[in-house]
Amino acid sequence: MDETTFLEYLSYPFVQNALVAGVMISLCAALLGVPLVLRRLSFIGDGLSHVAFGAMAVAGVMNFSDSMVLSLPVTVAAALLLMRAGRGANTGGDAMLAMLSVGAMAAGYLVMNLNPSSSNVSGDVCTTLFGSVSILTLTTLDMWLSIGLSAAVCVLWLLSYHHVFDMTFDEAYARASGARAGLFNAVAAAVVAVVIVISMRLVGTLLVSSLLVVPAVAAMRVAKSFKAVCAVAAAFTVVCSLAGILIAVVAGTPVGSTIVGADIVAFLAMALIGRILK
Amino acid sequence: MDNLVECRDLRLGYGSHAMPPCPDFTVEAGDYLCIVGPNGSGKSTLLKAVAGLVKPLSGTLSLAPGLSGGRIGYVPQQGPLQRDFPASVREVVQSGCQSTRGWRPFYSRGEKLRARDAMERLGIVPLAGRCYRELSGGQRQRALLGRAMCGGCRLLLLDEPTTGLDPEATADFYTLMRGLNEAGMTVAMVTHDRSGALESATHMLTLGPDASFERSARHG
Repeated sequence: MDETTFLEYLSYPFVQNALVAGVMISLCAALLGVPLVLRRLSFIGDGLSHVAFGAMAVAGVMNFSDSMVLSLPVTVAAALLLMRAGRGANTGGDAMLAMLSVGAMAAGYLVMNLNPSSSNVSGDVCTTLFGSVSILTLTTLDMWLSIGLSAAVCVLWLLSYHHVFDMTFDEAYARASGARAGLFNAVAAAVVAVVIVISMRLVGTLLVSSLLVVPAVAAMRVAKSFKAVCAVAAAFTVVCSLAGILIAVVAGTPVGSTIVGADIVAFLAMALIGRILK
Repeated sequence: MDNLVECRDLRLGYGSHAMPPCPDFTVEAGDYLCIVGPNGSGKSTLLKAVAGLVKPLSGTLSLAPGLSGGRIGYVPQQGPLQRDFPASVREVVQSGCQSTRGWRPFYSRGEKLRARDAMERLGIVPLAGRCYRELSGGQRQRALLGRAMCGGCRLLLLDEPTTGLDPEATADFYTLMRGLNEAGMTVAMVTHDRSGALESATHMLTLGPDASFERSARHG
C-alpha cells in the first residue's frame, strides 16, 4: 500500500472512530492495570476475560443483538464474586479462579458447538479468542459504547487517583484511616470487569490481559514514583495501540495480535532503557 | 488522666480461633507502651484491634473520643509487596492526609505543607523525590512514620518496626521514637526486641502465658 491510499484510509470516519475507540480502550486498561499489577492481581484480569468468553458465547447462541448485554453483567458478577472469595482465604482464591476461568471457557466452546449460530464455528471462536480480524468490522454501536465506557472509566479513575494510591500502597493503613475499602474494592472489581469486556472486542479474550499488564510492567522499569508510573503507562499504551492499529490497517494483520506485538517490542525497549538508567 | 485507649476483659481472635486473654491495660497520652510476647500470642492482632481493623470477640476496647480516622497512625509490618513499590517518599508521606482529604480529588496546600513539615521533623526532606523501593529499611520506616504524622496522629501504633534493620538503624530508630515521645507523641509498639524496647518504654504489656501489664523503669 502506498502513502496516498494510507492517508485515504485515515480520512474515513470509521477508521478515525476505530482509532479513537482503540486508544481509549487501551488507555483505561493501562490505568487500571497499574494498581492490579502492583497489588499482584494481574491473574484476575486473565481469569475474568475467560469468564467473559463463556458469557459471550452464550449470548451469541441466545441471539442477543449485542453480546455485551449479557457478557457485561455476568463478568461484573464474576469479578465481585472472586473478590469476596479472595477475602475468605479458606479455599485458595487462585485455585477458585483457575476453576472458574477454565470452566467458563469450556462451557462457552461447548455451547457454541452445540448450537452453532453461524456456519463457521471455528471462525467465531477464533474471533472471540483473538479479537476482530480488523477493528473496522466493529459495529457503530460497539464503537460508541466502547468510547463512552472508556471515557467514563478514565474520568472515574482520575477523580479517585489518590484513593487508588492509598489502597494500592497500603490497604491496612487506608482502612485504619477510615477508607471505605470494601466499597473501593467492589467498584474496582466491577470497573476491571467492564474494561475487560469492552477491550475484548479489540484484542480478544486471550490477549486482553496484555492491555492491562504490559503498560504497567513496562512503566515500572523506568519510573520512580506512582504518578510517573501511571503517566508512563498511559503514554506507552497510547503509542503502542496507535502504532498497532495503523500497522494492522496498512499490513492487513489482525488488530489484537498486532497491538500486543507492538506492546511487547516496546516493553523490551523500556526494559533496556531501565537497565541503562540504573 | 487522659486515657487514649482502655481495654477490659478483651478477647481477640480470628473466626473460631480465640487467642489467650489479653490483660487489662490503658494507654494514657504521652505513654510509650511496648507490647511483647511469643509468636502467636496476638501482639499484631491487638494492634490491629486498636487501629479498628479487627473486631474484638468479647470485652471492651474503648478509644478516646476524637481518636478516629487519621488520629491513629498505624504502621503495619512491611510486606514484600510494599518493599517493591514504585512510589516517591513525598507520595507516601502525603498519603497520610487521606482522612482529611476525603473525596476531594487533590491535596490542598495545607495538606502539602503538613507533609513537608512531617518530612522535616523526620529529617527525610532530601529523600522526598526518591523511590520508596530504593530506600534502606530505616529510611522506609521514617517515610511510614512521616505518613502517620502527616495524618496528624496522636497515637502511633508500630508493628515490629525494627525487623530487618541493622543494629545501627535500630538504635537510630529508638532514639527517634524516644524524641517523638518526649515531644508528646503517644507510642504503642509491638516488638521482639525486649532489651532495646525496655530502655524507652514507660509501660510494658506482655501477652501469652506470662501475660502482664506493668510500668517499666523509665516511668516517672
